[in-house]
Amino acid sequence: MIASLLVQGVQMALVLVLAPLLTGLVRKVKARLQRRRGPSLIQPYRDLNRLLGKEVVLAENASWLFRVAPYVIFAVTWVAAALVPTFATGLLFSWSGDLIAITALLGSARFTQALAAMDIGTSFGGIGASREVMIASLAEPAMLMIALSVALVAGSTQLSTIADYMAFSAVGLRVSLALGLVALIIVALAENARIPVDNPATHLELTMVHEAMVLEYSGRHLAMIDLAASLKLLLYVSVIACIFFPVGLAYGYAIGLALYLAKLAVAGVLLGVFETSIAKMRVFRVPNFLGAALMLGLLGVLLLFVSKGM
Amino acid sequence: MPHGYGFDIAHMLAGGLVLVSFMMLYQDRLYALINMLALHALVLALSVAWQAHIQGAPHDYITAAIALGFKAIAVPWALRRMVFRLGIHREIENVVSIGLTMLAGIALVALSMMVMLPVTAHADPIAREDIALALSVVLIGLLMMVTRRNAVSQVVGFLSLENGVNLAATGAQGMPMVVEISVAFSILIAFIVIGIFLFRIRERFDTVDLEALDAFRGERR
Repeated sequence: MIASLLVQGVQMALVLVLAPLLTGLVRKVKARLQRRRGPSLIQPYRDLNRLLGKEVVLAENASWLFRVAPYVIFAVTWVAAALVPTFATGLLFSWSGDLIAITALLGSARFTQALAAMDIGTSFGGIGASREVMIASLAEPAMLMIALSVALVAGSTQLSTIADYMAFSAVGLRVSLALGLVALIIVALAENARIPVDNPATHLELTMVHEAMVLEYSGRHLAMIDLAASLKLLLYVSVIACIFFPVGLAYGYAIGLALYLAKLAVAGVLLGVFETSIAKMRVFRVPNFLGAALMLGLLGVLLLFVSKGM
Repeated sequence: MPHGYGFDIAHMLAGGLVLVSFMMLYQDRLYALINMLALHALVLALSVAWQAHIQGAPHDYITAAIALGFKAIAVPWALRRMVFRLGIHREIENVVSIGLTMLAGIALVALSMMVMLPVTAHADPIAREDIALALSVVLIGLLMMVTRRNAVSQVVGFLSLENGVNLAATGAQGMPMVVEISVAFSILIAFIVIGIFLFRIRERFDTVDLEALDAFRGERR
């Protein structure tokens, strides 16, 4: 009992510690591909440390919601990230690590963030919130479709059970799962405000979504929100890894951890390469892009309903 | 799973072909569309080569080689040249609505599954779902020809339709080589004729948008 509690604690700490590193890795890869040296891998930690030490500047008309929101967003995202199997399955709280529950947790974080963005009443917060909600209204159904198609294959929506099923039974190569993977990657790019949908490195008012919402935050509040954004990226990478590439989840903690780190590194490099090689999309094209994810999820579910072998 | 990986990879490649068909529906720039056509043919070549491998039919490798050399390299190259010479390489096409088109595409996939799977209930399980997927590639190619107004993208739709036919043909065992070669040859002829025709349309109407033809025939919109 104590041991399993300890493992669960390690998992919770692990995601928190690794999340800024993943963000740093993506930034480093992008910088190297643009022939810059780029900030060091641990720069996100230094940024967080600096932000935590700074004084918070609050707008005069900011309500309690504005002050509470960063902590809510951070806590909810951390819980969601800690429930995804990273280096092992069947942890103490794995029964609650449900794909739909995680989607709901992330949805409530997004709701809080959109409310806080509109709280002060600046126009940037407003456009950021409206765009974010527009993206979410398409990304969430797509995510649920993916959850449904995975659940039809594995017979459960619990991530731990799914990962076990994918790792041990001969699932083989399935067309529907391939469609689900493509759809999940599209959803992950949109949800994490990565490049074809939003640019995480800019403050250009025509394009920004996530940055527009957090423009008014400073100090420790901004640190919480940045850390939550890093955690969300890590969460999506972990979800993709544990559903579609569940190797190493079963051979003890050490091998699982090593393989998990390797998977994160591969994902970070791939994301950096992808973001460098593609251009930002106009905001009005985003619904088409996300609509494609929804269609792919739908197609996967359809194939599973028609034929069990697909 | 009773079938093993040979079966799974065959399905995966056929499913990949359907996926690339959807990516073609999504593209509204001509160059990107032609790149997708090349990818489509590449996936087809892989799929045919895999069928040749699991069926032990060496002559299918020739079909795969034709698909690779001719459809994945030569035709996209010619199309790209054609688009460049027509001076429409920067145009963005007016598509009906990508979301609606893709929904229609999904409905077509569902239709081909519903039609094919009950009909072929006693057939070879590898061929069965492959043929259903091939039919959906054909139908999506037709959908593309219906929804696009630019003549070049209609040609692309036609070529992707032919890829679907090819996939269905190799899924069935014992397809004679002669048929494959004659189909490839007739497509080549059709491609040349269409190419000449495009330039004629363009000479006449200063555009390859087929709306112009409708107006010329006196049809009301």
